[in-house]
Amino acid sequence: MTDLTALTIAEARDQLKSKAFSARELTDAYLTAIDAANPAFNAYIAVTHDKARAMATASDEKLARGEGGALEGIPLGVKDLFATEGVHTQACSHILDGFKPRYESTVTANLWADGAVMLGKLNMDEFAMGSSNETSYYGPVINPWRAKGSNADLVPGGSSGGSAAAVSAWLCAGATATDTGGSIRQPAAFTGTVGIKPTYGRVSRWGTVAFASSLDQAGPIARDVRDAAIMLKSMASVDAKDTTSVDMAVPDYEAAIGRSVKGMRIGIPKEYRVEGMPEEIEALWQKGIAWLKDAGAEIVDISLPHTKYALPAYYIVAPAEASSNLARYDGVRYGLRVQGKDIAEMYENTRAAGFGREVKRRIMIGTYVLSAGYYDAYYLQAQKVRTLIKRDFEEAFANGIDVILTPATPSAAFGVADKEMAADPVKMYLNDIFTVTVNMAGLPGIAVPAGLDARGLPLGLQLIGRPFDEETLFQTAAVIEQAAGRFKPEKWW
Amino acid sequence: MSVDIQTVKRVAHLARIAVSEDDAQRMTGELNAILGFVEQLNEVDVSGVEPMTSVTPMAMKKRQDVVNDGSKAADIVANAPATDENFFLVPKVVE
Repeated sequence: MTDLTALTIAEARDQLKSKAFSARELTDAYLTAIDAANPAFNAYIAVTHDKARAMATASDEKLARGEGGALEGIPLGVKDLFATEGVHTQACSHILDGFKPRYESTVTANLWADGAVMLGKLNMDEFAMGSSNETSYYGPVINPWRAKGSNADLVPGGSSGGSAAAVSAWLCAGATATDTGGSIRQPAAFTGTVGIKPTYGRVSRWGTVAFASSLDQAGPIARDVRDAAIMLKSMASVDAKDTTSVDMAVPDYEAAIGRSVKGMRIGIPKEYRVEGMPEEIEALWQKGIAWLKDAGAEIVDISLPHTKYALPAYYIVAPAEASSNLARYDGVRYGLRVQGKDIAEMYENTRAAGFGREVKRRIMIGTYVLSAGYYDAYYLQAQKVRTLIKRDFEEAFANGIDVILTPATPSAAFGVADKEMAADPVKMYLNDIFTVTVNMAGLPGIAVPAGLDARGLPLGLQLIGRPFDEETLFQTAAVIEQAAGRFKPEKWW
Repeated sequence: MSVDIQTVKRVAHLARIAVSEDDAQRMTGELNAILGFVEQLNEVDVSGVEPMTSVTPMAMKKRQDVVNDGSKAADIVANAPATDENFFLVPKVVE
């Protein structure tokens, strides 16, 4: 039998239906691969062998009766941010020590209802705060990609680093992820995978550990554009439990793949040409432009003048929201408790021991910018700038732009324990310079692999769409994928 | 704007995070680096601009005013570090 883990979701789905193999065989192939390779990557922080086998067996029973959902028998990994009933859910933080929810997040409930199989929980930056997966309480994740002729460990990006690494290393067919400032798209770009952050409100946030509530959106990381479309169809829903969940039927995203982009107007924003950006990123961008032009699209230069203010505004808004959301971790209701002489000291000791450095840093920034006397200068100013960032996009779309093409990241994957990044938090934050605008404006964005750099590391392009127009993103990303080809790491593990 | 170590200690207390002298020293530098970075927002002319309150134009949905959940005390306290008969236990607050 060929290696079942090499199949895409679409291929596995069709072959499960035709009974070329069973769901149990497919799940066992993944569990074997995880048991053998996970020590090299640290992508999974909990593997749910028994649950996976039981779910796969149930899928086989359904498939035998000619039944089954859109993801029947497809083995998936789940980012540790999603509440999974009775299973490790800690946002990769020490403060949620031992937490096993008594409920299931809407996203994962949707996937299981469609027949998907849970392989386990995936590593991530603590509370999704990070761009390298190095802030996890469970240690860094290793990127399956290595530079040519080197065996140095690279980061898979973050915060969804475990999701991206597991998909890229064939340790799950697809994975759930979340994106607050780039946490789906940057790791997808670093690992040669496809990741989409949907429009704010498209995917329910219920049961997903909150970081910054006005920015957080869940989405898939997958091996190709079609798989990402299949997964998003299942993850998205209208959910009464999330008041920001939008009342719109979920389209059949897969149907958008293969549609022509002829006549489509592609915006190229000049502000994404940033100082110090490697030549290779610019060259990749030009290649993407040429591919879409060849496919019949019209290329239009546009301006999004407030782009450079998105990242600083984000580093006020996101920490402010995080400082409120993370106030709930007090050593009383769940997770870790460290005793103190009174209740206040118990809170302070618990939070000092339970949160990592980056999380504390963001809580402190958030607390400061919301504190008396500083609210107007920082938070109110940032929210006004956010209005302007969104307006830039609205004007571009009002002028007939259908989709915007940009690089996904300002560089390829960097080394684990990079000294410059560790010394300067702002340098790490700059990883999200091309992705964060999309969260600030609530828009959908997809990262699609488009080439390799001189060292043989994957680079991605980003497409940004109109609100709730994920279909156009899949349609356009599929054209880029077709032209660029698919990228796989050399197996060293 | 920048912060001094006293401000960092005050903010840490507001955030209920115990910090050592070394922590506070290190955080002062880190916070000032971030505050320096966000300073550029002051260049932006925001006169007449409304602050964003909702990223998508939508009226917040309201739930039906009915009881549709509950009687889950055991589930709610299941993950707590200290409980007694479905109560959360905390250190003594009132003398």
